[in-house]
Amino acid sequence: MLAESLALSAVLFTIGVIGVLTRRNAIIIFMCVELMLNAVNLTFIAFSRYYGAAGQVFVVFVMTVAAAEAAVGLAIIISIFRHRQSVNLQNINLLRG
Amino acid sequence: MTFDLSVPSQLMAAFAPDMLLMGGAMILLLWAAWRPESEAHQRSVGVASIVLCVTVIIAIAFYIARGDSSLPGIIAVDNFRWTADIVFLIATIGTIALSMDYNAKEGITAGESHVLLLLATSGMMTLAAARDLMIVFLGIEIMSVAVYVLAGLNRRSEKSAEGALKYFLLGAFSTAFLLYGIALVYGATGTTNLTLIGTRVAQVGLSSNAMLVVGIAMLIIGFGFKVALAPFHMWAPDVYEGAPTPITAYMAAAVKAAAFAAFMRVWLEAFSGVTSSWHGPIWWLAVATMVVGNLIALSQKNIKRMLAYSSIAHAGYILVTIATSTTASTGAFMFYLIAYTLATFGAFGVIVALERDGASQLNIEDYAGLWTVRPWLASAMAVFMLALLGFPIFGGIGFFAKYWIIQSALQAPVPQTKLAIILVLTSVVSAGYYLYVVMVMFMRPRKEDALPFLRTGGWTKFVIGAAAILILILGVLPNSVVRWTQRSNNVVPVAAATPQITAVSNVSNPR
Repeated sequence: MLAESLALSAVLFTIGVIGVLTRRNAIIIFMCVELMLNAVNLTFIAFSRYYGAAGQVFVVFVMTVAAAEAAVGLAIIISIFRHRQSVNLQNINLLRG
Repeated sequence: MTFDLSVPSQLMAAFAPDMLLMGGAMILLLWAAWRPESEAHQRSVGVASIVLCVTVIIAIAFYIARGDSSLPGIIAVDNFRWTADIVFLIATIGTIALSMDYNAKEGITAGESHVLLLLATSGMMTLAAARDLMIVFLGIEIMSVAVYVLAGLNRRSEKSAEGALKYFLLGAFSTAFLLYGIALVYGATGTTNLTLIGTRVAQVGLSSNAMLVVGIAMLIIGFGFKVALAPFHMWAPDVYEGAPTPITAYMAAAVKAAAFAAFMRVWLEAFSGVTSSWHGPIWWLAVATMVVGNLIALSQKNIKRMLAYSSIAHAGYILVTIATSTTASTGAFMFYLIAYTLATFGAFGVIVALERDGASQLNIEDYAGLWTVRPWLASAMAVFMLALLGFPIFGGIGFFAKYWIIQSALQAPVPQTKLAIILVLTSVVSAGYYLYVVMVMFMRPRKEDALPFLRTGGWTKFVIGAAAILILILGVLPNSVVRWTQRSNNVVPVAAATPQITAVSNVSNPR
């Protein structure tokens, strides 16, 4: 069971990384990051079968923090939307040099 | 006293300074929201926040004076933690002081901005205390979530929003890597406690265990993003340019220092038994960061971007101490953080003083002839640039900071001679952009059509003056302090003589 769970979470994590690197919509990038976090949660749960409850406690922390991060992140995305009427990163290029 | 962290009341007592800051920040948050937003209210919340920071510093001084230590547990009670805490709190005081003037200039009236800084600082103090990967994660997130908001504080500025978005997306991305690394290390060792990981990797001989090696690699990527090591540094210049200037100073000094403190502790306590599996990557990252940061900084026109690349270069210098990872390098690390924080705050203080509203007047060329109009500001800026460069005497503490890193690298059991040589060579390159600022200020004539500088606010003057005086005084004193500590080993001065403090040796044999 452990090997399968770890393989699945590694695949999910990789999909998340590829999504962050290839997509240009801020909301979709953020969803890919959440996918990466959930892949990590799966890893923790898989290990906690062998090592006890610490892994599960960690998952609760990760979910709480992800919720807080989502609140702040969506607020930031809204504030950029107010300026540009778009959340596409290709249009967001004031800072460079 | 020695805290037994398995007893809840003693755990609370060991965590009391952090709790004091968190609790105080909550109360201040209520107070900030109580009255309608106004310039005067913003200032009074700022002053109250500074008072809270000073209170926490006094509480920490009390713990240092008692010489507390702890049994192994989820948090550490040692000099490394307290010294790092004091650096963060001093940086926070500097940021709040600069923010009060900057907010007035930019028309930001939200008093909550100061409270957010306090909340971020409580995350940093948690990070410095963390001796369990779970606490490391919590500390990084408490800090980062508050700093994401701070980066986008200026809602009217499109650049600020853009910087905040970039910071948020890359910060969350790097957190995922950090977490995956923690999960794999947990899988390889069966624990998240740093001390236990340290003993298990040494006993079981895990240095070639694939899961552990991948976990360490993921942790390097995660921390690499947080402290802006090349090639994970792309976000830093954009975010530093977009954020309000005092927040940029906070990110360049305090946030970086906190992430490095956790990096250092995780590496020394958990992974010092498996040096072979991470030394190569860390070595190359240090070289890449020093070279890339310094070379790109040479071509920058905007002073905030220039300092962003310079902070990347400094991350490379600090990484040398992690690549060395001896007791002496821990001391050099802490000393460097102090020097770098002071110089960074001073430099950003001058930028705040000269910046006009709407983020104009930020190009290095705008400083031409500053010496003829504002001689004190120009002299102070020269001191900060020389301190960042590591110039003797006029650069004060900056010279000794670099000296001790090189010294610790050369005297390690496995001497890092090549790293020391690259550090010196890249520092010579950095003279190209630091001295350019000095040259522009002192030797170029003032432009005919240049806008007049605004009057410098009182708090800004305080930050610039205090930073310059501390840099110069500590630049003269370290020698005498070191000689004094060699004579009498029973008293360990806290800040000035950190090369003598052995954070990690305290960890292994508590007093």
